[in-house]
Amino acid sequence: MDRHASNRKKALLMRPFVEVQSLAKRYPGRDGRLGPPVFENVSFGIGRGEFVCVIGHSGCGKSTILNILAGIDRATEGVVIMDGREVVGPSLERGVVFQAHALLPWLTALQNVEFGVRARWPQFTRAQVREHSVRYLDMVGLGRALDKRPAELSGGMKQRVGIARAFAIQPKMLLLDEPFGALDALTRGTIQDELRQIVHATGQTVFMITHDVDEAILLADRILLMSAGPHARIAETVVVKLARNRTRSSLHHDPSYYEIRNHLVDFLVLRAGHPPTQENQA
Amino acid sequence: MHDRSRWRAWLLSLAILASALLVWHAATRGEGGQATVDAEYAALVGQAAAAGGQTPMPGPMEVGRQIWQHLQDPFYDRGPNDKGVGIQLAYSLGRVLIGYLAAALVAIPVGFLIGMSPTVHRALDPYIQVLKPISPLAWMPLALYTLRDAGVSAVFVIFICSVWPMLINTAFGVASVRQDWLNVARTLEVSRLRTAFYVVLPAAAPTIMTGMRISIGIAWLVIVAAEMLIGGTGIGYFVWNEWNNLSIANIISAILLIGMVGMLLDALLARLSRLVSYKE
Repeated sequence: MDRHASNRKKALLMRPFVEVQSLAKRYPGRDGRLGPPVFENVSFGIGRGEFVCVIGHSGCGKSTILNILAGIDRATEGVVIMDGREVVGPSLERGVVFQAHALLPWLTALQNVEFGVRARWPQFTRAQVREHSVRYLDMVGLGRALDKRPAELSGGMKQRVGIARAFAIQPKMLLLDEPFGALDALTRGTIQDELRQIVHATGQTVFMITHDVDEAILLADRILLMSAGPHARIAETVVVKLARNRTRSSLHHDPSYYEIRNHLVDFLVLRAGHPPTQENQA
Repeated sequence: MHDRSRWRAWLLSLAILASALLVWHAATRGEGGQATVDAEYAALVGQAAAAGGQTPMPGPMEVGRQIWQHLQDPFYDRGPNDKGVGIQLAYSLGRVLIGYLAAALVAIPVGFLIGMSPTVHRALDPYIQVLKPISPLAWMPLALYTLRDAGVSAVFVIFICSVWPMLINTAFGVASVRQDWLNVARTLEVSRLRTAFYVVLPAAAPTIMTGMRISIGIAWLVIVAAEMLIGGTGIGYFVWNEWNNLSIANIISAILLIGMVGMLLDALLARLSRLVSYKE
């Protein structure tokens, strides 16, 4: 608790590691003119080593924000500054774990990771590339599935390869776009715990999108709540003041867990400005 | 269960073949008077001509014997009008392969460009739409006039007929590479050239191979017609020459051989496309 408080104080004193300033995105309508903004005035910061989650209804532009941070998409207004430099395009400094794993299906698990490693360190020898990639696949528990192609892997294993690929390039920031959305509850829980451990051990800065309130509480240091689009914005920021070494099994014993959970669910159902749907009540 | 149905299919196939041969045999029995023909004369002018201009439809036995003879000595060469069927097939295959490979060398890079750039796509689309439906043989006179060589013209005709399926499939395959995969390459700061070779090419390879398979089929169809026009050599010319000789047995043998070679070409491409296919 104390460490969190001092962390926050520090964050206030310094400029954050990542600064997102009044981002807005408009898409051109049929007549070619720009329509109303999907989201506007989105500003937030991410501290070094911080885990930030975004929760919001479908269509509020969460994925677009993540893509802008990744440099794949462009904002209509606003800027993103990471480590003192403006984000103008994709970069190896930001690793992305895609929603649908996005592994190259003609490559094996190992080759998929190697593809990124080779791009990151072109001077590496073949053996170095392999050694480095194997290490990260080992980290996500796939040391024995190196030579399997994505089609031979389960959904959870594929997403693990995606995580290994993103971690292996040792990015300054990791971007996760609903990485566990397509997984069954059991697998999701296991990988969440793994991700939490890895992030904890490496001090990785993470920005993650999720639909899942519990996932956000388990993983995040801070949760950004987005109102529904169009004209979506960050309605509220919730700081998760739970022990940093929390796990899925210990989480629900913490009394403040329910407080936060109720708060988030209330927001999504009552205040996000969107009729409640089944998806979000889960 | 699976094995049994496979056996049944084999049996049915054999039954169809047997009954077709039987009907053929029954229909052609007793025709012609081959026994009365002087053997030396027949060897000189051809079986059917020797029979006095009659063209008795040969039965399956005779065609079988003819094919067997062709296969015994496929590469003999007794002057311009009498070459072994193996030599003729080799000429045809050579033309097809040269024209086809030249078409691949043009179609795949251009298809890549079209698939990658909507501007290039829009610019070239009208030409493709106009040129694609032209029968390849319609180019023949123009080719003969400009290239001044029958063999080269035939190769050109093969080129022009096999270029379109490869071009269109390559463009389609390249244009429909999943955005996710391209985004992976972008976020890893992989250069455009490397992305083209290591992401787009393998992703589009199955579609490109489908185009190549369609093309080889069309090329093999067209070469027979082209060689009938240019004459001289090739299996198409052989068929036409045997028609002039009124040797129906040779024509049927050639038809069967054309079918076999076409099947082999297709099987070869099918095997190649299995090499580049992937499961998502």
